[in-house]
Amino acid sequence: MSTTLLFEQLLNGLQYGVTLFLMAAGLTLVFGVMGLINLAHGSLYMIGAFACAAVAAATGSFWLGLVASIVAAGFAGVLIEMFVIRRLYDRDHLDQVLATFALILILSEGCRMVFGSFPLYLDAPGFLAGPVTLFGGFQYSAYRLAIILVGGLVALGLYLLITKTRLGIRIRAGEADREMIAALGVNIATLYTIVFAIGAALAGFAGAMMGAIQSVQVGMGEPVLILAFVVIVIGGIGSIKGALIGSILVGVVDTLGRVTLPGFFNLFMDTAAANSVGAALSSMSIYVLMAVILIFKPEGLVSNNA
Amino acid sequence: MPNLSRETFLNIIISLGLLVFPFIATAMDEPFYITLATRVAILSLAAVGLNLALGTGGLVSFGHAAFFGIGGYAMGILASHAQTYTPIFTWPFVIEGTNQMLIIWLVAIVMSGIAALFIGLLSLRTSGVYFIMITLAFAQMIYYFMISWPTYGGEDGLSIYVRNQFPGVNTLDPSSFFYICLALMFAGLGLSAMIKNSRFGAALQAARQNEERLAATGIRPFNIKLTAFVISGMITGLAGALMADLNRFVSPTMLSWHMSGEIMVLVILGGVGRLYGPVVGALIFIIFEFIFGGMTEFWQFYLGLVLLGVVLFARGGAIGLLAGKARHD
Amino acid sequence: MKTLKTIMASAVAMSLALGGSAMAEGAKIGMITTLSGGGAGLGVDVRDGFMLAIEQAGRDDVEVVIEDDAQKPELAVQIADKMIQSEKVDILTGIIWSNLAMAVVPSAVAQGKIYVSPNAGPSALAGKGCNANYFNVAWQNDNLHEAMGAYANVAEYTNTFILAPNYPAGQDALNGFKREYRGQLAGEVFTKLGATDYAAEIAQIRDSGADSVFFFLPGGMGIAFMKQYAASGVDLPVMGPAFSFDQGILGAVGDAALGVRNSSQWSKDIDNETNNAFVASFQEKYDRLPSLYASQGFDAANLILSALDKADVKDTEAFSAALKEADFKSTRGDFKFGNNNHPIQDIYVREVVKEGDVLTNKILGLALTDHQDAYAVDCPLQ
Repeated sequence: MSTTLLFEQLLNGLQYGVTLFLMAAGLTLVFGVMGLINLAHGSLYMIGAFACAAVAAATGSFWLGLVASIVAAGFAGVLIEMFVIRRLYDRDHLDQVLATFALILILSEGCRMVFGSFPLYLDAPGFLAGPVTLFGGFQYSAYRLAIILVGGLVALGLYLLITKTRLGIRIRAGEADREMIAALGVNIATLYTIVFAIGAALAGFAGAMMGAIQSVQVGMGEPVLILAFVVIVIGGIGSIKGALIGSILVGVVDTLGRVTLPGFFNLFMDTAAANSVGAALSSMSIYVLMAVILIFKPEGLVSNNA
Repeated sequence: MPNLSRETFLNIIISLGLLVFPFIATAMDEPFYITLATRVAILSLAAVGLNLALGTGGLVSFGHAAFFGIGGYAMGILASHAQTYTPIFTWPFVIEGTNQMLIIWLVAIVMSGIAALFIGLLSLRTSGVYFIMITLAFAQMIYYFMISWPTYGGEDGLSIYVRNQFPGVNTLDPSSFFYICLALMFAGLGLSAMIKNSRFGAALQAARQNEERLAATGIRPFNIKLTAFVISGMITGLAGALMADLNRFVSPTMLSWHMSGEIMVLVILGGVGRLYGPVVGALIFIIFEFIFGGMTEFWQFYLGLVLLGVVLFARGGAIGLLAGKARHD
Repeated sequence: MKTLKTIMASAVAMSLALGGSAMAEGAKIGMITTLSGGGAGLGVDVRDGFMLAIEQAGRDDVEVVIEDDAQKPELAVQIADKMIQSEKVDILTGIIWSNLAMAVVPSAVAQGKIYVSPNAGPSALAGKGCNANYFNVAWQNDNLHEAMGAYANVAEYTNTFILAPNYPAGQDALNGFKREYRGQLAGEVFTKLGATDYAAEIAQIRDSGADSVFFFLPGGMGIAFMKQYAASGVDLPVMGPAFSFDQGILGAVGDAALGVRNSSQWSKDIDNETNNAFVASFQEKYDRLPSLYASQGFDAANLILSALDKADVKDTEAFSAALKEADFKSTRGDFKFGNNNHPIQDIYVREVVKEGDVLTNKILGLALTDHQDAYAVDCPLQ
């Protein structure tokens, strides 16, 4: 493999990781503050993508669609929190898993009732649709570069939100000691609704961003949901920093696994067998990574207590 | 005590109902209902397995589809080799396929037990959400492996043309196969009742409630939990072999995370930690799927609503609703 | 809420006016297809095409029972059991996916039922595993890929990069392509089933020095790949089977699909009376253009109806003989069955074009004429 190709693949891994981060950040925030496992996070991703596609189709503007995705997913988040999630905070994880599993069924099929069974059209805005030429003379998708940039900004924004704002202080206080901040007069119900809405909006935003380069269809959130869980578990649940490290690690391992493993097996197998074995192992690679990390660090790379 | 007797009463009614069911179905000339009842029995058994880990031991495994699928593939692989008269492997010794249920069950139990031992050894080092997720990760690993491994059909799965044999019983007769599955379901229920009331069961519940206190008595909680996890996996694995035999088919969807979710749904629908919780859960699930699946293509939407209702408003599941709160023992 | 359970075909008066054949005894048809989840579009099209034909036939003695399999093999098996044991259907049809077909078909035909496949055609049912009661109206799974391989030769591609998901249909696809293709391979890659990101594979394509790309990525995977490919700046010609460019999906791929060559046994611009009438009436009834899946459903229904005119469905042997004659007007024009009850048919190469605002396909020419699948020789049927 040439150096340029290796570099390009690393960039691909980074970009893949950043998109996972957009999903994982909301998931880990919600878990960190409320101790809630939300399987329906993938459905919010789907809602964002559908809202963006519908609005972009109606108005012709991707940017309006992007705004709509944040609003729609955030609003859905508020409703879900107020009517369902709120009742689950003091339940065990089992009830949370089941209730949010039920939400997946409701939201997926509800989405199909509204939008029908066929995938929707959504494309990147014109000036980002093509490739740009990077140093070293190789071409790279402008939209993917934009995703890396946006992911970086979101990470920075979350960092500032949590360390520098009043809301952030309350969030951190809420993670550390619920009773204490309630005693200090902070309305904990409102705080939880806001945090859940932020997580939902982030998921919706990720769905819209990714919807432009993949298929906007019912069930699109489920594969990425599982990956986002892998990410936050590797990173240490509840830690935004862990989610960032975890997602980039998963993105790079997955991408490099896909491109190097078939070649590696080809060294001592015939091509067809090597392709097949390589592909099989690379599709398992991130789960192996997760298992190995948990065996050595049962609480993930960045422990929340540290 | 009145609550307990009400629950026991309910359990007896359900047992009797299942026992006489084939006669009712035959009288109604609806042989398909026997097939449905067989599914109930098999799914109940799978959920009985999970209930042991989840209800009694507090181990929220989101990867029980792994054992269900391994059991299914134990049946699929053995029977497909018997079907084509080719040995499974010839080195270092010859192993032939078989279509004898008893052998298949044994292999299914042993293989899923080994898998549960391995997964449990690594997963039980973690707890809480991490445990949920690492069990999921292991199931996903096996799922992707089976999808891409071409020898046994990959994504397409394996079809077996004829149901396997049981000495002295015509397994092709729906009622006979139903009674085989029902007997195993009762055996599973009996085993889990026995475990719950044994010293081991007491230790397991102590491990769920307070590990330190248990450790102080000189029992290692890890070993207790691991044993429970392995037994739980074995029971679910046996159910997988039966399910493959009912469908005469096995595929990686038996290993998917949706399947793990479904088994979990059965347990919770019925009532976590209740002896008959899995049975009631499976009954409700199958009846719902049967009635609404034929009525609307959006039946999963309504399934979601029902599930949500149960979690939010009917804590303790259907049994909790019918028979009141669980006795805390 | 619409009731799926029983849809009686058309009015009694209609059929009295038209008059039925003396042989007509009626039939109960069970359709198991995917109507929920991400793959629902395909099942909806097959169902709509099928029901259109039943409705046009105007027979009140043909009853169709439809149920959703949610793309789960276990559920499909359960529905098949129910339809056979409880609904007592004579004929089964409707399954979209090969893995579901493998779960249902072998045991259904073993129980003496007729199965007419409107889509899935796994190789296991075409060769040694063929069955006198199993008919496939669409294609054997490899056919469209073989056609693309043949086209690659005509287009004088000599260094093609090929990719497909790592599962049996994907492996069959690449083998089918290689069966006809005579050039070299710039690369051969199996991707993860259900993958949504193809950046790494596209980088490999760019680096491989290929002169063309062949891919088989059904459903959402193909949409994702085409969008990302278009944005990557790699401008090698792309080929694929019709599945990623059918009418249901094209709208979602958008202009990224323009100019792509794809192979299909059907196209809406095949010029014959049946097809023109089909396209017009489908559009009128459902307010959208038909896809190849819709045409397959339509043909499946007409095949069954043609056999019902000749034989009693309860007489399985006579009925399957009547099916094998394939004495119906196909939307594809000429249509006949090979010894293994799979089609022998022409396969076209189409190009994605824009008609007004709507993306659709236009026939470029024939890729393969009277093509039969490679497994037929292993089938003991005559």
